[in-house]
Amino acid sequence: MSELTLTPNIDGPDDFYEDLLAIHDGRTKEESDAINARLILVLANHIGDSAVLKAALSVAVK
Amino acid sequence: MFDDRYRLAFKAYPYERSGDQDQDRPVRHPVVVMGGGPIGVATALDLGRQGIPVVVLDDHEGVGMGSRAICFAKRCLEIADRYGCGEPMLKKGVVWNLGKVFHEDRKVFEFNLLPEEGHKYPAFINMQQPYFEQFMIDELRNLQARGAPIEIRGKNRVEHVDVRDDHVAIDILTPEGPYRIEADWLIGCDGANSPLRGMLGLDFTGRVFRDSFLIADIKMVNGNFPTERWFWFDPPFKSAGASTLLHKQPDDVWRVDFQIGWDVDRKEELKEENIRARLDAMLGPDVEYEMVWSSIYTFQCKRMDRFRAGRVIFAGDAAHQVSPFGARGANSGMQDVDNLGWKLGLVINGLAPDSLLDTYNDERIHGADENIRNSTRSTDFITPKSDISRIFRDAVLHLSERHAFARPMVNSGRLSVPCVYDGSPLNSADALDGPARTRPGSACPDAPLDDGFLLSRLGDDFVLLTIDAEAPDTLEEGGIVVRRVALSAKDDPTGQLAARYLGDAPSAVYLIRPDQHVAARRPGFDDNLIRQALRRAIGQEAQT
Ligand SMILES: Cc1cc2nc3c(=O)[nH]c(=O)nc-3n(C[C@H](O)[C@H](O)[C@H](O)COP(=O)(O)OP(=O)(O)OC[C@H]3O[C@@H](n4cnc5c(N)ncnc54)[C@H](O)[C@@H]3O)c2cc1C
Repeated sequence: MSELTLTPNIDGPDDFYEDLLAIHDGRTKEESDAINARLILVLANHIGDSAVLKAALSVAVK
Repeated sequence: MFDDRYRLAFKAYPYERSGDQDQDRPVRHPVVVMGGGPIGVATALDLGRQGIPVVVLDDHEGVGMGSRAICFAKRCLEIADRYGCGEPMLKKGVVWNLGKVFHEDRKVFEFNLLPEEGHKYPAFINMQQPYFEQFMIDELRNLQARGAPIEIRGKNRVEHVDVRDDHVAIDILTPEGPYRIEADWLIGCDGANSPLRGMLGLDFTGRVFRDSFLIADIKMVNGNFPTERWFWFDPPFKSAGASTLLHKQPDDVWRVDFQIGWDVDRKEELKEENIRARLDAMLGPDVEYEMVWSSIYTFQCKRMDRFRAGRVIFAGDAAHQVSPFGARGANSGMQDVDNLGWKLGLVINGLAPDSLLDTYNDERIHGADENIRNSTRSTDFITPKSDISRIFRDAVLHLSERHAFARPMVNSGRLSVPCVYDGSPLNSADALDGPARTRPGSACPDAPLDDGFLLSRLGDDFVLLTIDAEAPDTLEEGGIVVRRVALSAKDDPTGQLAARYLGDAPSAVYLIRPDQHVAARRPGFDDNLIRQALRRAIGQEAQT
């Protein structure tokens, strides 16, 4: 079982951040909320490991 | 004075005067069951098969009109099979495997259940509840004809009970006036509104869902309608509500459930023209059908704090109620009876301590909580309770259209599967490196044998199942006889027995309870340890 990575892990953080904002360009709040929800689900499925997901959930609420 | 609360589908036990009504002193019975619904009748079957006298009291004269439950799951059918009435159900019921999921105006995906091979019974069947009840009553009549001490008394309404330390006094009203009997044990199977709970002042707590459902059973006139289950989230047809479900029952009858919200005018909604307006919007103008039955229901997810109050024991909807999503009502009630029957039998016959009945409470509360959790999850998916929960729900549906990964998250009801009594004090520690699905506490999964199926070989006694292992043919401990069922690789033509019961282990010995749940398992027979496991399984020894 792997652990939740909380150290820098993304190649080109600025690029990712820009891409993340770009998908929301020109969207209504409602559309953006829907996109975010889909994104979370896609990423969660990619991770899969339930211990890692639980750890991520608890990091997010802190 | 004695009006029916509902119309009958089958008149099965018309009122007859009982000899008990002409006695000066109340007659004492070992077991009285209050309520002749499916769970009360199943209780009578279980006890009657053990030769324990049982009297069922019901305030009607037969099976209620209208199909409430339609989906009966594998374990429920296996229990019915143990009672001798599974096969007619299987013959009558409809099996479907193809389901379609719609969101608003689009089909998002379809699925095939691809059932696991190697079981006598399918994952579930669809069948109107009155048939389910009727088949059990037919078997009750068969048992009576063979001399089983079962009585069922129609139009006998329990009005008042007086619970004493060693018995319960029961006041009954009949069309010919009142009488009183006594019972060593009273089993409350009097349904979700349980008057018995009220008489004893016992709580029923949980969540009420502020929603109502309009159900219509319709008969297709020239039906070449497919045998599939269709579920719509946010259906597009006019005033359909938050969800709609369509699935097939026997006799060309289809069940349609419209979720129509909380503030509805029941009388208005139930007018045939209004139901037809909804149905026509859904089915299109060309589908011809007749109305068979309709009703509006609301539901709750609630349970009693304890299912036992001294000499009174509750089972079925009286003890717990769940939402219909996932078909857990009758299915879990049958598991209550499965669990209670042998325990009560042993206690009545003086072979087990009274405290064994407390484990009925522990194990079935565990089951009820699992059912309530599952049905609450389904309800939260179908009717999101907050903006964010709706956003995620819609995101799942959206993704499921193109991506397989999201489909398992779509929750329009999870089929009832038997609960595993993990952590039950009746289990012995797992001593076999075997498959998880047959660990102590599990209901035995079926498997095909050379001649028939495994569960039919287990029957309803304590059994020692040996697979490629030596053991005595019978074993007696404290008056309980354990029968050996000896199997080996050659009885296992498909390899499914080995896959389900051995895994990587070369041999196994299972001690199996009369309700076909695993009490203990080990790689080989050990007289001392098996006896210890048996004593533990009947509540005579604490787990070490
Ligand atoms: C719309 C709907 C759909 C459902 N679908 C499913 C499904 O697909 N699968 C599933 O497993 N379950 C389903 N259920 C649940 C299922 O119908 C119930 O769980 C089941 O009927 C419970 O059986 P019971 O014997 O505990 O109670 P009941 O069937 O309610 O029987 C109680 C009996 O007690 C009698 N009684 C009451 N008071 C007295 C008294 N004072 N004296 C004597 N007798 C009395 C009543 O007349 C009745 O005969 C559904 C329910 C509904 C409403």
